[in-house]
Amino acid sequence: MNNRLYGNLIFELSKEGRKGYNLPKNNYGDYEIPASMRRAEDAALPECDELTVVRHYTNLSNNNFGVDTGFYPLGSCTMKYNPKINEEMAALPQFQNLHPKQPTATVKGAQALVTLLEKSLCELTGLAHFTFKPYAGAHGELTGLMTIDNYHRSRGDMARKKVIVPDSAHGTNPASAAVCGLEIIEVNSSQDGLVDLEDLERLVSLEGPNIAAMMMTNPNTLGLFETSIPMIAKLIHDCGGLMYYDGANLNPMLGACRPGDMGFDVMHINLHKTFSTPHGGGGPGSGPVGVREGLQEFFPFVSPYQGNYAVMMRAYAYICSLGRENVKLVGPLATLNANYIKESLKDVYELPIDELCCHEFVFDGLKDKSTGVTTMDVAKRLLDYGYHAPTIYFPLLFHESLMIEPTENESKETLDGFIAVMRQIAEEAKTDPDLVKSAPHNTPIGRVDDVLAAKHPITTYKQMKNEQG
Amino acid sequence: MSKVIEGLYYSESHEFVRVEGDFGFVGITDYAQNALGNVVYVDMPEVDDEVTAGEEFGAVESVKAASDLISPVSGTVVEVNDALEDTPELINQDAFENWIIKVELSDKADLDNLMDAKAYAAFCEK
Amino acid sequence: MFNVQCSMNYKYFPHTEDDLQAMLAKVGVKSLDELYAQIPDNIRFKGDYQIPSEMSEIEVRRLFEKLGSQNHQMTCFAGYGVYDHYMPAVVPSLLQRSEFLTSYTPYQAEISQGTLHYIFEYQSMMAELTGMDISNASMYDGTTACAEAMMMAVAAGKKVNKVLVSETLNGDIRKVLDTYALHQGIELETIAEKDGVTDLSDLKARLAEGGVAGVIVQQPNAVGIIEDFTGFADACHENKALFIMDSVAADLAVLKTPGEWGADIAVGDGQSLGIPMQFGGPYVGYMCCTEKLIRKMPGRIVGMTKDNRGQRAFVLTLQAREQHIRRQKATSNICSNQSLMALFVTIYMSLMGKLGLKEAAQLSYAGAHYFCDKLLATGKFHLVYDKPFFNEFLVRYDGDVDELFKFYMMNGILPGLKMSDGSLLIAVTEKRTKEEIDQFVALLPLAHGVG
Repeated sequence: MNNRLYGNLIFELSKEGRKGYNLPKNNYGDYEIPASMRRAEDAALPECDELTVVRHYTNLSNNNFGVDTGFYPLGSCTMKYNPKINEEMAALPQFQNLHPKQPTATVKGAQALVTLLEKSLCELTGLAHFTFKPYAGAHGELTGLMTIDNYHRSRGDMARKKVIVPDSAHGTNPASAAVCGLEIIEVNSSQDGLVDLEDLERLVSLEGPNIAAMMMTNPNTLGLFETSIPMIAKLIHDCGGLMYYDGANLNPMLGACRPGDMGFDVMHINLHKTFSTPHGGGGPGSGPVGVREGLQEFFPFVSPYQGNYAVMMRAYAYICSLGRENVKLVGPLATLNANYIKESLKDVYELPIDELCCHEFVFDGLKDKSTGVTTMDVAKRLLDYGYHAPTIYFPLLFHESLMIEPTENESKETLDGFIAVMRQIAEEAKTDPDLVKSAPHNTPIGRVDDVLAAKHPITTYKQMKNEQG
Repeated sequence: MSKVIEGLYYSESHEFVRVEGDFGFVGITDYAQNALGNVVYVDMPEVDDEVTAGEEFGAVESVKAASDLISPVSGTVVEVNDALEDTPELINQDAFENWIIKVELSDKADLDNLMDAKAYAAFCEK
Repeated sequence: MFNVQCSMNYKYFPHTEDDLQAMLAKVGVKSLDELYAQIPDNIRFKGDYQIPSEMSEIEVRRLFEKLGSQNHQMTCFAGYGVYDHYMPAVVPSLLQRSEFLTSYTPYQAEISQGTLHYIFEYQSMMAELTGMDISNASMYDGTTACAEAMMMAVAAGKKVNKVLVSETLNGDIRKVLDTYALHQGIELETIAEKDGVTDLSDLKARLAEGGVAGVIVQQPNAVGIIEDFTGFADACHENKALFIMDSVAADLAVLKTPGEWGADIAVGDGQSLGIPMQFGGPYVGYMCCTEKLIRKMPGRIVGMTKDNRGQRAFVLTLQAREQHIRRQKATSNICSNQSLMALFVTIYMSLMGKLGLKEAAQLSYAGAHYFCDKLLATGKFHLVYDKPFFNEFLVRYDGDVDELFKFYMMNGILPGLKMSDGSLLIAVTEKRTKEEIDQFVALLPLAHGVG
C-alpha cells in the first residue's frame, strides 16, 4: 500500500517556510559568523514539517525487503535474523552517550565489553588477539593483509608482495590486496571445486620467497570444505608465508572447526554475517581481525577508536543469548538447511558439484536451458513470489551461478515454500518462458535500465532538475 | 560467431591494430565488445601520450564489466576517437570501424608478436 | 555427538525433532555430525566453547546494565572530530523500521527502491552541503574517506605519488593516512603550520618541487580554527594537483564550502549531523567531487533511471568501478557503505532542513564564543592562537591542567580534551546551555587545590 505523493523525492515534498524541528533559544548574545567566512547561499536542503518527513520515509520503507519481511537465500551473505534484544542493548544511553576519548576511568564498562567480546571471539576461532578497528568485512581484509605485510617488513623481508587466492575468490580479496600494495596470483580449482594442490605446489615452488600469504575462505565460495587445508597451510608456512582466513563463510564452522586449528594465522570476521548484526541496507558492519599469538603488534592503525562500537555491542548480546550450549548448533543447522534445499532441487537445477556442502552451494542455472531462461530471469521471477533472489553470477567459475545460503534460523516450512517456488519457476521456464524472462511483475518497479544509468549518470536532485530544465 | 577481419593484427587480450603506413589504429575486437555487453564508457588517453606494447592505456566499461585496454603496439598517440565520448555504444555497433586511438608506431617489430586473422580466429575458438 | 533425539529447543532455531528426522533423511545422513564427515578428525572441534552459558533476555539486560553502570555520561565539552550533537526523536524511530534495518545491499533494484531512493536523496544533500557536483553513497567514516581521497588523487594523477598534508590536520586522520600511504607506496609530506593555520608559502614551495598528486587540508582545522584558503586551489591546480578539503559536515551549513574554495574532492565525517557519539561508531564518511572525477570515485553511487514500465527508478550505477567487478583494478576495496547511517543523516537533514542546520550551527558558534569570552575574562585562560574559530577553540590554562581536568570530571563535566602540550581543546554544541557554561566558570575558583 503506497501513497504516491509520499513516494516522491523529499525535495519535491518541500515547501518554503515549513520547518520540522525546534531548538533552544539562542541566549548567548550577539555572536555572528563573519560574512567573509560564510557560504554565499544556503544549502538547498528540504523544508518539511515533521509529519511529512515521517510519512515519506515510512512509505519508502514499504518499497524495501528485509530479513524481517521474508527469506533471503543469499549465498555468502549469511542473512540471519537480527535479534531485537541486540538493538535494545546498543541503544542504552550509558553506552550511546560516551565520547570515544573520555578518560578510561569513566568508561570501564564499555572497555570491559570489548574485552569480553574479544575473549569470546578468540574461543570461537582459535586465535589469540582481535582488533575491532576495521569497520566492515572488506576493511577487515585490508587490515589483515596490512598486518601480514607489517610482519614481513619487520623481518626485513621486503620481497613478499604476492598473495595467493583461489580463482573462486570474492571480489574484495584482490581489491583489498591491491589497496595493500600486494599482487594477487590465482591458484586453480580442480574439478571437485577445491584448491588444486598440484597447482598450488607449482605456484609455491615458482614464487616461494615472494609469497606474503595465501588468502582463502573455508568452506570455499562453493560451500565445500577444503579437506586439504592442513596440507595447504603447511605448504604456505614452509615457504615463509602466512595463512589468511576470509571470515565470510564462518557460519557453518561454529560447532565444527576453528580457523586457528585449520592453520590460519590471520582472519577477519563479518559481525554482520556470522554474529547477527543487521545489514542496514549496506552497512554499518564490523570486520574485527584476529591473529595468532605474536602477530598482534603488527595491527595497523586503520581507524581512530575501537571500530563500530554499537555494532560490537549487538554481537556480544547475540553471543550471550546463544551461549555455549547453542552456538555449537549454528553450523550444523545451517549446513542441514543448505543440503536440504540442494537435495530437493538438484533434479531441476544444474548442480555441477554433487557433494555434501556446508552452509551454501551453487547451481549453474536450470538443468533445462532450452528456452533460454537465465539465472537472472529466475532471480527476478523469485521476487514476484516474495523471496529475495539468491546471489547470482558469483562465483565466476560457472556461467549461470546461483548461490544459495539459508541460515540456521529458517524453518522447514520456509525452506519447503522456497523449494516449491523454485520448482514452479523451473516449470514456468518450460511452459511460459516469456513470463519468466520479463519478470518481475508484482514488485513496485520492474527491471531497470541500468545501461542508461551507467552511460548517463544522474546522481543528484540538482542534476535531475537541470536535465529536465 | 564473432567477426574477424583479414589484414589486421590481433592480441591475446582482444585488441586489434590496423596499420596504415607509420600509423596504427587500435581498438577492441568484435569478440571483446560482445563479451562486454553494452559499452557505457571508454577511458581514453590524451593526444601526445606514450603507449607501450603490453601495457595498459585505458579501459572500456560496460554495466557488468570493465576491461583494461592493453596496447598491442608502442608509440605516441596522435589521435583519439572523440565520438566515443558521447556515443560509446558505437563500439558495440561496429568494433573494428570504431577504433579507439591512432598511434604513430615507434617500433614496427611489435607487430611480429601479434596474431593474424586466422590465428586469432582459432584463438577465440578455444 | 549431535543426537537426533536431543531437541534443538532454542528460540532462534525452529527445527523440531520431526523436522530433523525428515531433513536428515532427505539429505541422506543419519546425524548432524555426519554432515561434517569430510573434516579431518584432528582439526574437528569437539566439546564446548569456553564462552558464557546461554542467557535469557532478563540476564542479558542485567549484564549490560551492570556494564553500563560502570560508564559515566558527562556534560560534554570534548570534540576533536566527535561531537555531542542533538539527535531528533524521529530519526531512531524511523531507523528501527525493519525494512531499512534488516535489508541487504540494494543489488536487486526492484525490491530495494526504499534504500536506493534515500541514498539518492543523501547524495543530493551532501553535494548541496559541500557545494560539489557529485557525492557517493557514503563511506565508513571521515578518516578512511580522507584516505580514499588520497588514493583517488594518486590514481587520477599521471605517475605521481606524493600527497601534501597540512600540519593542522587532525592527528587521527593523519595516522590513518600514514597507514594507507605506507602500503600503497605513497609519499606523504607535511605542509608547515604557521600561527595555527596552514602556511601557503610552504605549500607553494613544496608544490614547485613537482610530483604532487594531491593536497589535503581541514576546515575547521584540528583545533577548531577557520582557515583562509585563498590561493590554495589555484596553487594546486597550477601544479596539476587535486585540492582535497576535509570538513565537519554540520559546520558547512554556514561556512564557506569546499566547492566555493575550489576543492576537487570534499571528504569528512557526518557524525556532526546528529549521530550519537556511541564510544566511537558507527559514524558515516562522505565523499564528494567534481563532475570530472565521478568515474574515479570509490564507493557505491546511486543513479536515476527508468524501469521497463516507464516509472522513475533508482539503481546502483557505475558498478564497473567497484570491487565485485573490477577486482584488483577496482578504485578501492570498499564493499559496504554505512547505508543505515547515511539514512540517519538524510532524515536528520530532512527534518532540520535548510534553516535548522543553520540554527544549530549558529547556536554552537555562539555558545563556543560566549564560553571563550567568559574563560578569557577570568584571566586564567589564554587563546593559543589569535585566529577565528567555529565551535571549538584551544586554550592554555594558567595552572595545573590535570588538576583542573580531574576537578571538573568529579563534577560530571568533561571539560574538553587535553592536548599533548597541555593545552585544552573545548567544543560547544547546540546541546550545551548558557547555564552549563556559567556553572563551569562559577566552579573555576574551586578547581585548583584539589586532590
